[in-house]
Amino acid sequence: MLLELKDVHVHYGKIEALKGVSLEVGEGEIVSLIGGNGAGKTTTLKTISGLRSCSAGSVFFEGADIGSMPGHRRVLAGIGQAPEGRGIFPGMSVHENLLMGAYARKDDHTKELAEAYELFPRLAERRTQAAGTMSGGEQQMLAIGRALLSKPKVLLLDEPSMGLAPMLVQQIFSIIEEINRRGTTILLVEQNAQQALRLAHRAYVLETGRIVRSAPASELLDDPQVRAAYLGGDVGGDPGAAAAASGPESVALSKPAKGGPAKGEPAKGEPAKGEAEPADDAEPDGADAPDGE
Amino acid sequence: MSDNTNKTANTAGLRGALSGPLEAVRTHWDRAPGWERWAVYVLLVIGALFLPYQGLAPAMSPESDWQTILFYPIGIYVLLALGLNVVIGYAGMLDLGYVAFWAIGAYTMATMAVKHGIGFWPLLPCGIVLAAVSGVILGAPTLRLRGDYLAIVTLGFGEIVRKVAENTDWLGGTRGVNNIPHPPSHEGVWFLGVDLFTYKIRDARPYYYLLVALIILVVIFSKRLEASRIGRSWTAIREDEDAAEIMGVPTFKFKLLSFATGAAIGGSAGVVFAAKTSYVAPANFPFLLSATILAAVVLGGAGNIPGVIVGAFLVAWLPERFRGLADYRDLAFGAILVAMMIFRPEGLIPSRQRKAEMAEGGGGMGHMGAEIDTSGSEAEVGSR
Repeated sequence: MLLELKDVHVHYGKIEALKGVSLEVGEGEIVSLIGGNGAGKTTTLKTISGLRSCSAGSVFFEGADIGSMPGHRRVLAGIGQAPEGRGIFPGMSVHENLLMGAYARKDDHTKELAEAYELFPRLAERRTQAAGTMSGGEQQMLAIGRALLSKPKVLLLDEPSMGLAPMLVQQIFSIIEEINRRGTTILLVEQNAQQALRLAHRAYVLETGRIVRSAPASELLDDPQVRAAYLGGDVGGDPGAAAAASGPESVALSKPAKGGPAKGEPAKGEPAKGEAEPADDAEPDGADAPDGE
Repeated sequence: MSDNTNKTANTAGLRGALSGPLEAVRTHWDRAPGWERWAVYVLLVIGALFLPYQGLAPAMSPESDWQTILFYPIGIYVLLALGLNVVIGYAGMLDLGYVAFWAIGAYTMATMAVKHGIGFWPLLPCGIVLAAVSGVILGAPTLRLRGDYLAIVTLGFGEIVRKVAENTDWLGGTRGVNNIPHPPSHEGVWFLGVDLFTYKIRDARPYYYLLVALIILVVIFSKRLEASRIGRSWTAIREDEDAAEIMGVPTFKFKLLSFATGAAIGGSAGVVFAAKTSYVAPANFPFLLSATILAAVVLGGAGNIPGVIVGAFLVAWLPERFRGLADYRDLAFGAILVAMMIFRPEGLIPSRQRKAEMAEGGGGMGHMGAEIDTSGSEAEVGSR
C-alpha cells in the first residue's frame, strides 16, 4: 500500500473529529472519500498532509510511519495536496503560484511546469495575473497544477468541484483522470458523490468521523442506501449528466452529519437544477465565488 | 440602501482620485531602468543627509528643536517601523509588543555600559543578538498561535518586559539607568558643518547620521531578504499558512526567523537610543509606542519599504509639527488615521501584492486580519 491510515483519531480540543479512521490507497489508484458536511473528510486529508496531528493511530506512507513528520517534509516524501477552498496564494501571479509548488524541490522542475500548463491551458493564458483575481474554476485548476509541481506520488484533492459550474466540474474531473493515467495516485474527497464515484476505483463513505462503508466505487454507485443518502435518491431516476446533487437530501443511511441538508435550496426531485444555479455565475467571473470559509 | 451605495461609490471615487497619479508613478518606477533607480536612491540619501539643515526648522517644527526630533522620534520610529515591517509586512504576523525588543536593546546598552564599562560599538552587536534571541524565546512557544491570539501573547510579552524592568533593582527599577556613556568620539571629521563622529550631549546630528546609516543598512538588508527564497516563503505564509506548509515551506522555522529579524532591528534602535539619550527608564517603553509603530507600518503600507518609511515619518513628525494644538493634536491625529483607513485602507504607498491580496478579500494583512482558520482554530488553541 502506498498510503495507509490505521485507526486514526483526531481531536479539535475536546471534540473528536475522526473516531478511528482506517483506509488504504494503493499505487495507481483513484480512491474517493465521500460523506456529508462535517463527516471528517477534510480532517482526514489534513491528517495525511500533516496539517493536523492525530491523537491516536498512525499514518503510513510507503511503509514508513510518518505520523510525527512535519507537513513540509511530507511534500518531499511525495504527498501533494490541493487544499480545501483552493488555498492559492492570492497576491502571487499564476506563475509564482506554480513555482511555489516546486518550492521544496532541489531538482529541475521544468518538465512538471510544462505539464501543468499543458493540462490547464487556461493557466498559461493567465500566467502573470494575480491568482486572487481569477474565477473559482481557474483557481481550482491552479491549485491542482501547483500540487503537481511537487511531483507527488499521491495527490490529495479536497472538493475540487466545490462552487463550480457543471461544465467545469466535468472538465476538472477528466483532467484528474488524466493525471491518474499518467501515473499519480489520487485520493479524492468529494461531496459531489455522483461524479466522484464514477471516477474512482474504490471509495470510502465517511460519516461523523467513522468509515461506514468501503467498496469498489461502482458498487456504491448502485447501492440503494448510498444512493439515497448521497446521490439524491432514486426519485428522478438517474440525475446523471448534469453535475448532480451534493448535499444529502433524503436520509436513509443512519443520521447524516450535522448540518447535512444545510444547503436547503435543492427541493426534492430537482437536485440538478438546484445545484447548477449558484454554480453558474461562479464560472465566468468568480472573484466573488464562494471561497471556502 | 441607495444611500449606502452612493457612499460606497463616493469612497471609491475618492480612492481613485488619490491613487491615480501615484499609480502612474508606480508603473513608471516598475519599468524604470537601473540607472534611474540608483539616481533616485542617491538623491534620497542626499536628501536625508541635508534634512537636519537649520533652515528647514521653522517650517518643519516651529515648536521644538528640529534636529533633536529628527533623531527621536522620527529616525527611531523609521528604524522601528522597518523592523516591525519584517514581521507584519512580510510574514503577516501581528506583533503588539514590538517595543519590548527596542527596550531590550536599550537596556543592554544601559546596563552593560554603566556597570561593566563596555563601549558602544561592541554593545551594538550585543544588543542586536540579545534582542534576536529574546525574539526566538518569545516566538518558539507562541508562534503556533495565529492572528488575534498571537497579537494578545505579544502584547503580554511587551508588558512583561516593561514590568520586569520596573521591578528589577539591577535594572534601575522605575527610575531607570542614568549616565549611559555616549559612543566614543573621533573629533575633526567635518561634514556639512557637523563634527560627524563627535557624540556629545548637545548636538543631535551625529546621532541622526548614525541612524541614517543604520536605516540604509536595514533597507538594503530587508530588500535582499524580500527578494530571496526566505522572502518568498514569508509571502506564502502571509497569504495562506496552511497552503505554504503543504508546499514544503517549513512555516514555523520561517516565522521564527521573521520574528528574530524584526527583533534584531528593534534591538539596534534601542542601543543607539540609549547611547544618545544617556538615560533609559521603563516609562520610555509603553504599549502605546508598540501601537504607534504598528500604526506607522499600516498607515504607510505594510510590506512596502518606501511606504513604511513615509508612514513612520508622518506618525512621528505630525504630532511634533502640530505641538501648538496641545491636546487637540491627538484628536487630529486619530481623525487622520480613521480617514486613512476609510479612503486608503491598504496604506499610503501599498505594496502591489498586498493590494491584490486585499482585493481577494483576505484582508491583505495575512494572519493579522480577521482570517480565521476554517477548521476550528479556536479548538486548536485550546488543545495546544
